[in-house]
Amino acid sequence: MAAHDTVTGLDALELGPARDSGFADAARRVWRATWPKVLAIALVIGVWQIVVLAEWRPIFVLPAPLTVWEELVDVVPTGEFWDAVALTMGRAAYGFAIAVVIGMLIGVAVARFAPLRAAIGSLITGMQTMPSIVWFPFAILLFKLSEEAILFVVILGAAPAIANGLISGIDYVPPTWKRVGRVLGMRGFALYRHLIIPAALPSFVSGLKQGWAFAWRSLMAGELLVIVPGALSIGVRLQTARDLNDAPGLLAYIIIVLCVGIAVDVIFNVADKSLRRRWGMLQA
Amino acid sequence: MTLTIQGTAGTDAASTEVAVRLDGVSKQYGKGASALLALDDVSLSVDRGSFVSILGASGCGKSTLLSLVAGLDPLTSGTIDTGGHRVSLMFQEAALFPWLTVAANVEIALRMRGVGRAERKKRAAELLDVVRLGGFGKKRPHELSGGMRQRVALARALAQDADVLLMDEPFGALDAMTRDILHDELERVWREQRLTVLFVTHNVREAVRLGDRVVLLSSRPGRVIEEYPVGLARPRRIDSTEVAELAGAITDRLREEVSRHGRA
Ligand SMILES: Nc1ncnc2c1ncn2[C@@H]1O[C@H](COP(=O)(O)OP(=O)(O)O)[C@@H](O)[C@H]1O
Ligand SMILES: [Mg+2]
Repeated sequence: MAAHDTVTGLDALELGPARDSGFADAARRVWRATWPKVLAIALVIGVWQIVVLAEWRPIFVLPAPLTVWEELVDVVPTGEFWDAVALTMGRAAYGFAIAVVIGMLIGVAVARFAPLRAAIGSLITGMQTMPSIVWFPFAILLFKLSEEAILFVVILGAAPAIANGLISGIDYVPPTWKRVGRVLGMRGFALYRHLIIPAALPSFVSGLKQGWAFAWRSLMAGELLVIVPGALSIGVRLQTARDLNDAPGLLAYIIIVLCVGIAVDVIFNVADKSLRRRWGMLQA
Repeated sequence: MTLTIQGTAGTDAASTEVAVRLDGVSKQYGKGASALLALDDVSLSVDRGSFVSILGASGCGKSTLLSLVAGLDPLTSGTIDTGGHRVSLMFQEAALFPWLTVAANVEIALRMRGVGRAERKKRAAELLDVVRLGGFGKKRPHELSGGMRQRVALARALAQDADVLLMDEPFGALDAMTRDILHDELERVWREQRLTVLFVTHNVREAVRLGDRVVLLSSRPGRVIEEYPVGLARPRRIDSTEVAELAGAITDRLREEVSRHGRA
């Protein structure tokens, strides 16, 4: 009985008092995360306005922030706009999904078979350093001006980063966990299912995030270079705005591209953070 | 060098069963000029239900010995017989999986043995009760203290249904108070679960506090150089004069062995 008390007493002491995070706490956290971003946006708009006021370029080439804002307010509610967003995001999601599957297959294969690693390990890293835009001439030759040409480059851009994330995740599974796995009798598929893959998850998620960034860039380049007849994507809208000397429209779509990039990044960061919190790699 | 660590060698075979027997075990790492003989001709037999402390300076092959018994590494020569007993191994780090809850960390050992889902839940809860972590199943490993994590690791080892438990300096990273308590806890679990324990440490008092016997290993290569039966009644206290006295004698012998390397 006495021993039991000592054990639970020590446990209680070591765990410290339970913290409850109330509403005020959460609000403060949100504010702390938000104000630097608000400040950054204000700064950019301020500089932009100054440059416009200084008349560095004519007003029809470089419109004022307010003009662009009005354009955005006009454009965003239109069906045209949402069609463009849907088309572009559909391409991005489709290409990225295929890249994830291919990247995972390559990643597991390379991590698992030593000869394969020797053969294509450094090739993957090399691919990752390549600006994917250099693939477009070849892609257009292969697939003409088609969806496939864009998809091809998006996948080539994203898959190596995803494969690399998985490979380094698998490579750096702590040896003590692997020893525990062996003690518990994990072998073959069970070893991957219960130990290697979950242990590699944080690195895999950062590979995904990086892969997404490459996919998004490749897609934007693709939509500007590969104009598929009838497909009015964000890239085509940008191109059209340029052709019509519609600077406010151009800037409005650039801002949309930026917003999509930020939104997806936020999603990946939330996933990454919740993973780290559960693992205890983050002070909650 | 051969040494039998059982009081009843050959006399009363019926009442004392040997759980682990090592016969002329050697382990060499590497080949040629860079070869390192980690263990040399180690023979040892451990009675079922006994608690054996293995003591030696750092680098003398203690961890090697345990991973050989656990079957994680191949022997260079000799034989190890665990007579069909299930063997589990615990390390200095609890090495719990951070993506699983505490309960799931115990359950995973059951799952690897093919235990069904409902039975797993029930058994894991029981085992957490055994290590006095009943209410902590839903926590994450990082939310527990080092001592609590080590108790979860103990529950996980028990979940393997192992009756031979190999422990590699399991309390080496804990503070003195926590370690004292875990000594009591381990002793209790050892009794209740009728385990056979091979407990590796470089802490002489800890070896005496826990062991029925203390086996002393030499360094480079690791050989059994001495065996000390510990006749002290349980429960013992690590700070008692009896423990200190025997620990003193063993420390002297250990020092002698270590300084041999200084002279060579
Ligand atoms: N995988 C290995 N490869 C080569 N040498 C090893 C390996 N594991 C251990 N050793 C060597 O074997 C000796 C014994 O190591 P170890 O069993 O870890 O000792 P202890 O646990 O007593 O500190 C040491 O000299 C160590 O450097
Ligand atoms: Mg060791």
